[in-house]
Order: sequence, then C-alpha cells, then structure tokens
Amino acid sequence: MTPRRQRTLVVIGILVGAGIGTAVALTAFSGNLLYYYTPTQALSKNLGPKDVFRLGGLVEKGTVERKAGSLTIRFIVTDNRNSIPVVFTGILPNLFRAGQGVIVNGHMSNRGVFVANQVLAKHDSDYMPLKLYNKENGTRYTEPGQMNRGAGYGGP
Amino acid sequence: MAGRATPWLIGLTLVLMAAGLVGGLWLAPPDYQMGDGFRIIYIHVPSALLSMVVFAVMAVASAVGLIWRIRMAHAVTAAAAPIGAAFTFIALVTGALWGKPMWGTYWVWDARLTSELILLFLYFGYLALVHAFPDRRTGDQAGAILAIVGAVDLPIIHFSVQWWTTLHQGATLKLSGTPMPVSMLWPLLVMMLAFLCYFAWLLMVRLRAEILRREYRARWVEKI
Amino acid sequence: MDSWHEFWTMGGYARFVWPAYGVAFVVLLGSGWAAHRGLRRALARVASRVRGGRR
Repeated sequence: MTPRRQRTLVVIGILVGAGIGTAVALTAFSGNLLYYYTPTQALSKNLGPKDVFRLGGLVEKGTVERKAGSLTIRFIVTDNRNSIPVVFTGILPNLFRAGQGVIVNGHMSNRGVFVANQVLAKHDSDYMPLKLYNKENGTRYTEPGQMNRGAGYGGP
Repeated sequence: MAGRATPWLIGLTLVLMAAGLVGGLWLAPPDYQMGDGFRIIYIHVPSALLSMVVFAVMAVASAVGLIWRIRMAHAVTAAAAPIGAAFTFIALVTGALWGKPMWGTYWVWDARLTSELILLFLYFGYLALVHAFPDRRTGDQAGAILAIVGAVDLPIIHFSVQWWTTLHQGATLKLSGTPMPVSMLWPLLVMMLAFLCYFAWLLMVRLRAEILRREYRARWVEKI
Repeated sequence: MDSWHEFWTMGGYARFVWPAYGVAFVVLLGSGWAAHRGLRRALARVASRVRGGRR
C-alpha cells in the first residue's frame, strides 16, 4: 500500500467515522430535535397541564375567534387528522392567519384546551406577488396590518 | 493566473451586485404574505448558500492537502475560512431580522438555525486551531481534519428542514418547480452569482497574501 | 416599487429590511477591506526583505 493510498483511507475513515458518530447521536436525540409536536403526536403523548411543549400545525379556517376589546384569541390547530383548540392572549406575528402554519408554546389545560404563551407563525416557502394573488383570487389579500391590529409591525 | 482573473471577477461582482440590488429592492413585486419584508431574501439566501459552499470548498481542499501533501491546498482552506465566517454571520443576522416580523421571534433553537450557528462556530474553531500551533504544518493538518469532520454539518443544515420539524420553512429553490415566479426569482439568482463572484475575488486576494506569507523565504516570491 | 417613499418605508418593514442590508454590506465591505489589507502587508514584507537582501 502506498503512503498516499494510506492517507486517502485515513481521510475517508475520518469522514465516515464522523458521519456515523453524528448520525447515531442525531438518531438518539431526534426527539429533542423536533421543534414542535403535531396535534396527533401531542394527543398520543397524553400531556398534562404541567408539560410545557410546542404544538405546530395549521390554523383551521373559520375557527379564529377574537374576544371583543381584548387581545385574547381562540383558534383550532390541526394537522388534518387531529386538532386541538388553542387560546392565546397577546400580540400575533405578521404571518399569522387562518389556513397558515403556526407554532404555539404552552401547555394543555384540564379541559383539553392548549393555553399558549407564545405564538410563532411558520412560512410555507411559497412566494407570489401580491397583485397576482389578488387577480387570481378576485379578492384583496388580507394584509397583515388588517389581520392583527395589535401587532405593531408593518402592514400598510 | 490569479492576478489575471481578478479584474474580471471584480467587474462581474460589481455588475451582478448592482443588478441584483436594483432587481431585489425595486423591480421585484412585493410578496402577497410578507409585503416588502420578503426582500431580505436577496441577501439572506445568497449568504446562507455561500456559508455552505465555502465550507465545502475548505473540506475538499483539506482532503486534497492531506492526501497529496499539497501545501497550496491548505493555503486555500486558510484563505477561505474568514470569508466563509463573514457569510455565515450575515446569514444569521439577516435571518434574525427577517424572523422577527414574520415568525414573531429573532431566534429559536430549531434544527436549521442551530446547525447554521454550529457552522459559524466551526469557522471560528478552524481559525483558532490553525493559529494555535507554532508549527504551520501541524496547524494545517489539525485544521484540515476539523474542516473534513465539520463538513458533516453541511448535509445536516440542508436537510434539517426535512428530517425534523422546524420553524424554518422548507426549501424554495428546487429543481422541480420552484414556488416563486420569475419576477421575484431572477434577482435572487443574480445575487447568488454576485456573492459567489465576490467570494472568488476575495479568495484570490487572500490566497495571494497567504502564499506570500508562507513562502516568505522562497526565491520566486521576489518576482511578484 | 412605485415611488421613493415606498422604497424607503418598505411597506412598513423598513426597520427590518434596511438594517439587514446595512449589516450585510458593512460585513461584506469589511471582509474585502481586511483581505486587501492582508495582501498589502504581505507584499510590503516581501518587498522589504528583497531590498534588505540586496544591500
């Protein structure tokens, strides 16, 4: 075996070793790498009021309810198989809207409602010009500023 | 060779950068969900791409340097590292400034953001490591091993949005059907090329300096 | 973009878009400056050695 071939094997060995080591570590901790649970995952875990976790899914259309005169909002988070009702009081991010992805942090109440202390909006990686959207859908898109007046960020 | 390519790279970088900025900040239409806020994409995605490309270049150069014992290859790794760190830093900061209005937070510890932060630490680790040895050769070899092992982070960054649930969205740029119209896409591609040319330009400059420093005593250096 | 006003306000996102571009270009320019400074220094070092050697 030439010295060069030997060095090649050593380099490949380092890479393979590091790769396998990382793969094993990531598989072992993969539960912790999940940033959120879907409603199906959350329900299967029987989480109680003391378990703080993040719940992610789509805001079900037509379920967003605002309490008049307060920042309290109720909506249902769904993964199209199971769904969990959520209640939140506070400021919503700009991308929050019905039909879009959302991640809420909090815990389950005894009555099966998720009490959130933080709401994060997930982007769907789709981009489209506003004018094109309005033309295709025949309506004006609900812009962030109109959707959540308490947000404080942007929105014309 | 490097000296002759540089004027071209400078010109190309400036032209592409100017075109990309005009396209991204003025010509591209506002997004239907994010309005004008989505324009951060034109610096965020190119710098994130380059943060990974540069590390890949370092890993390949390191492997070449270790296997064939080519000192030039280690010089390439050393020259590329500070540039890559700068791109990674930009990707993280612009990402935070984009996340705040859209997601509602500057930072989360999801797999995508965390693995990109680890990449920044890998760059810092490399730079600290190669300068930690009094002997340049030992430093080069230690740094090369770190670059090769660290390259494991690259597929993790790329696939993190598929393997785990993350706040960061999945890829927009795909070979099969990009969910972005041409009017918004072309400035992004132009900016990606501009960042790539800028990297090539700076790599040439840093590589020349690196070689001059390393071959300080060599005769041929005098001719430059 | 239809007007300069629209351009500067970025539809209300000015305080995120402009700092992002600002940071990016400060870091990019700083990185380029540092690279060129390194090359100048390396060249100066070699030049001083060449001059010193001939003396």
